[in-house]
Amino acid sequence: MLADYGLLALFIIVAILFATMLPLVALALRLAGIGAKRKPNPHKDTTYECGVQPVGKAWVQFNFRYYFYALVFVVLDVLTIFLYPWATDVKGLAEFGLAAVAVFVAIVCTAYVYAWRKGLLEWK
Amino acid sequence: MAPINFWVLDNFWAHLALFGIAIIAFVLLMVMVFIWFERRAFGPFQLRRGPNRASPWGALQPVADAIKVLLKEDIVPAVADKWVHFIAPIIGFLPVLLIFAVVPFHRGHGLLPDMNIGILYVVAISALGVVGVFMAGWASGNKYSLLGGMRVIAQMVSYEVPLVLSIISVVLVAGTLSMNGIVAAQEVPYFLLMPLGFIIFLIAAMAEINRGPFDLLEADSEIVAGFHIEYSGMKFAMFYLAEYGHALAMSAIAATLFFGGWKGPGDVYLGILWFLLKIFFIFFLLIWARVTFPRLRVDHLMGFGWKFLFPLALANVFIMAAEVIFWGGADGGVPWWVIFVNFPAAIALIYLWSRLFKFGGGRVDVTA
Repeated sequence: MLADYGLLALFIIVAILFATMLPLVALALRLAGIGAKRKPNPHKDTTYECGVQPVGKAWVQFNFRYYFYALVFVVLDVLTIFLYPWATDVKGLAEFGLAAVAVFVAIVCTAYVYAWRKGLLEWK
Repeated sequence: MAPINFWVLDNFWAHLALFGIAIIAFVLLMVMVFIWFERRAFGPFQLRRGPNRASPWGALQPVADAIKVLLKEDIVPAVADKWVHFIAPIIGFLPVLLIFAVVPFHRGHGLLPDMNIGILYVVAISALGVVGVFMAGWASGNKYSLLGGMRVIAQMVSYEVPLVLSIISVVLVAGTLSMNGIVAAQEVPYFLLMPLGFIIFLIAAMAEINRGPFDLLEADSEIVAGFHIEYSGMKFAMFYLAEYGHALAMSAIAATLFFGGWKGPGDVYLGILWFLLKIFFIFFLLIWARVTFPRLRVDHLMGFGWKFLFPLALANVFIMAAEVIFWGGADGGVPWWVIFVNFPAAIALIYLWSRLFKFGGGRVDVTA
């Protein structure tokens, strides 16, 4: 089992190296004079906003509208993670396990129903 | 454990080298094939021919695209956060490779198909791709790309829960989290045993990989091209690679979870062919959905995820759990005749629930 995770860690290193290599290949080709040279000019380096001159910066405060979705998501995602241990041995835990999980899900879903009734699931 | 036939699979380093190279080659090759396949399939759907100039049937079109994009100029906006702009495509592409670490390719062979937390690892890793997309959207310093990045998180947040719940229903019946174990447990493919779970998984997967009717983050009529407006050359190609690679990964996982992976009639040595065939079938479903349905409106998208998919996914989990407990054999699993219960149940639930819930009226009230 330890060997499995060692294998996984090594593969993660391989994957990182490979993914990093891809843009570096393009860079190497450019340095070798094969690809297109980088020829910056002030107009090319502005951000593209349909041809209109950009006004101000993009990094401003604005209402991104999914704050409450994110809160509900955290609750429900934790719920699903707690269901996984039960799911691997449903047969062994039998009716008692099912009832216990049903109670647990019912408690968490009270919050979900409350959020729905309060209109938090509407995108507005 | 998987049947081990070759000496090379017994050696730790040889195993790592073999499957490391195999996975990277598989992803790169299959992404090219997928791009070609999708464009060829789009042709007849839209009453045209699709690419047919580069070699017979246009098969070399993705190769030509890859060479072209590799030689393109790399433009970085002056206002961009340069480092994050550079790292974002790498972070976006990385999870795609990592997902394949636990996928069993051929007769239970793969890098780590027996890992005991297999499918949980897939869930954890596949959600990471969204970080790269958001980094790209933020670092570009472009308002539209920032909006695209924000949308992708809203979408991921909404469809992650139904996706994970539909995977739970597979785990319930198989009784294991290991990918090889799930394949081994499938005497009848699970898309027959739990049609509702499969439909929810497919829809949620489409939304997770931002394809088809759910591609709001790159809705060109609203926000230009979304998070990759300011990307060109190889960095843009990496996002392209990540998008199709993610579609490939989701197809492979759906094939493993619901279609029995490498299992199939005929000689056992046909394993990899059956696996590829199932991947292409599921990818064809994704293409079909993409070409058929118009793009969803953002409030419909969120409402559909939260009000429709989530309750149905939860209901599916409890139906499957009850069937495993009351009808299942001594060691878990469900008898094959639950097909005749689950198909009517799925149809009834989808019909009734679509009657019960409604979206928030015909238009969105925008109040600051």
